[in-house]
Amino acid sequence: MTTKFLDVRDLEVSFATDQGIARVLDKVNFSIGPGEIVGLVGESGCGKTTLARTILGVLPENSARISNGVINFDGEDLLQKSSEELSANIRGRVITFIPQDPFTSFNPVFTIGTQIMELMRWKSPRRDDPQYVNSLGKILNIYPRARYKADYQQVLEQLREVQLPEPEAVLAKYPHEVSGGQRQRLMIAMALLPDPKLIIADEPTTALDVTIQAQILKLLRQLARDRNVAILFTTHDLGTTYEICDRVTVMYAGQEMEAALVDGFFNRPSHPYTKRLLESLPNQEHGIEGIPGDIPSLINAPPGCRFHQRCDYATGECSVSRAASTEIGTDHMVRCYHPVSRPKTQTEAAS
Amino acid sequence: MSAQELDDTIEAATDRPILEIQGLKKYFAIRNVWKRRIGWLKAVDGVSISVQRGEIIGVVGESGCGKSTLGKALMGIHQPTGGKIVFEGNDITHLKPNQSRELRSQLQYSYQDPGASLDPRWKIRRSLHEPLIIHADLVHEERDQRVHDILKAVGLPEGHLDLYPHEISGGQQRRVGLARILTLQPSLIILDEPTSGLDVSVQATIINLFLDLHRTFKLTYLFISHDLSVVRMICNRIAVMYLGKIVEIGDTKNIFKNPRHPYTQSLLAAVPEIGGRKITDDFWLEGEPPNPGNLPSGCRFRTRCEKAQPQCAEIDPPLRRDWPGQEVACPLAE
Repeated sequence: MTTKFLDVRDLEVSFATDQGIARVLDKVNFSIGPGEIVGLVGESGCGKTTLARTILGVLPENSARISNGVINFDGEDLLQKSSEELSANIRGRVITFIPQDPFTSFNPVFTIGTQIMELMRWKSPRRDDPQYVNSLGKILNIYPRARYKADYQQVLEQLREVQLPEPEAVLAKYPHEVSGGQRQRLMIAMALLPDPKLIIADEPTTALDVTIQAQILKLLRQLARDRNVAILFTTHDLGTTYEICDRVTVMYAGQEMEAALVDGFFNRPSHPYTKRLLESLPNQEHGIEGIPGDIPSLINAPPGCRFHQRCDYATGECSVSRAASTEIGTDHMVRCYHPVSRPKTQTEAAS
Repeated sequence: MSAQELDDTIEAATDRPILEIQGLKKYFAIRNVWKRRIGWLKAVDGVSISVQRGEIIGVVGESGCGKSTLGKALMGIHQPTGGKIVFEGNDITHLKPNQSRELRSQLQYSYQDPGASLDPRWKIRRSLHEPLIIHADLVHEERDQRVHDILKAVGLPEGHLDLYPHEISGGQQRRVGLARILTLQPSLIILDEPTSGLDVSVQATIINLFLDLHRTFKLTYLFISHDLSVVRMICNRIAVMYLGKIVEIGDTKNIFKNPRHPYTQSLLAAVPEIGGRKITDDFWLEGEPPNPGNLPSGCRFRTRCEKAQPQCAEIDPPLRRDWPGQEVACPLAE
């Protein structure tokens, strides 16, 4: 990991609930290099969506509190920026978002074209280009005609790039008239239109069928390569992680457990949790085993490593403090006092 | 349970299939604003499967392929438009509600999230007693005994009987839902997407539970799922559906090793396989399934098939039995 383009350090986010304070992110470290696709993997409730939302700056204001940490993005701390600055220059411009559910993300009463052009009005890469700004239009808050035309051309081009047939016809349709796969393609197109440096994709293929998922993953990977965009890909599906990501970070109950390159992650899982997670995947060679016990409540969560109650290797120190992040291989970090040393995995056993 | 043990269970069973589906059809009318019928949506269109006692048969396909409609038609939730369903030697295609009550204890349907079908205002005890009160002629003590046995079988502590559904976790709710189905000692259970939406670690325990129960109670499962890796792990045979028709049916091993229908091939190729080749490199299937209300002529898959020939538009190919333990609805399959 030579350059860190997005670098999250010691991030702590808590939510106020009726039962008490839930610390949803507990000193999380996480990073992405330029143009890298990083998978953020974990079971439901592990804090992956909260981390994604914190980076975007869209946590619910009245219940969430960021008590510690920095989010370095391209040399600046996002947490120090005002919300106006974030929404004007960062969110939707250099960091964009692909939602999980393409079905509810469009407004059903406007055509797709109207909604995409509304996005372009505020987030187009030409927005601050002096060529398209006219002072009267700015005062009257009008979308300059010349910029509209240029933006419209860009939209059509982008829709062709995400392989939507007949882009003009699609723009005239209402969201219910296109299929789920096409809606997700539109979401990808919209995420790419402002020419971002980072896309946060929150489980973008969970709602899709496998064949459509395969098409979308293929498209996403190819576009990220062509445009050199970094992607933060949150998912609970280890299969899609293997398909698309360069690096993986595993989270459990608000703590990051292991971060590694995809190859190292699947072949040499070192954290006991990662190991158990990989063993619970359906497979042919041996029986599967779940992880006994339940995820601890995040309200008054146990101190130390939050996995220790379910861990086979846990000792006294695990319940007192968390291990520091240790490098156990090239670009392979693990936070555990008792990393599992080179277990034999499914793939090794097969080959 | 290993494949060998499974085979033994099946062999021990009788030869007569427990469930025989013959040319089952379920059409839904498409109506315009004036309620006049303007077409048919052929959700299930001539499906034939015979299920042997003790086997786990998987029905796979993408959303909209009719797999859930098939399960519901078997249960009588949807009245079939045509075809025949024979269960334990009796024709159950058009039963009246009072006739079907007796059947219900033998043939059970488990919804996608059996936990969600628990009454939130009832304690688990009451939910588990209810099916026995309706279907079985037992005194209270006998019912209590049965409930305790089942609870133990699905791996829940007895203390849970006095809890409400919201007090237990999602995985445990699913166990209660299953226990509720099992109290009546059914012989065939239709499981509709039983593992979707679960985290892998919970999914693993639920799958193990299914396999344990299958062995303990000598059950037969019709396992409806879109998750091919789960199906591959637990089913003896699978039927692949596409737009209301079975395109390929056969032993799980054969189909996964040697898929012959182009749709099966692409469906299997779309499943990410950790440590295997990456689908992002060589996935070929394009487009999405056509509108089931307006099907293409001939073979339904031809609009997306890379092998499609002009004759594919003319005849709707029947299942070919040219291979042992595998039937394929494609004249070009080899």
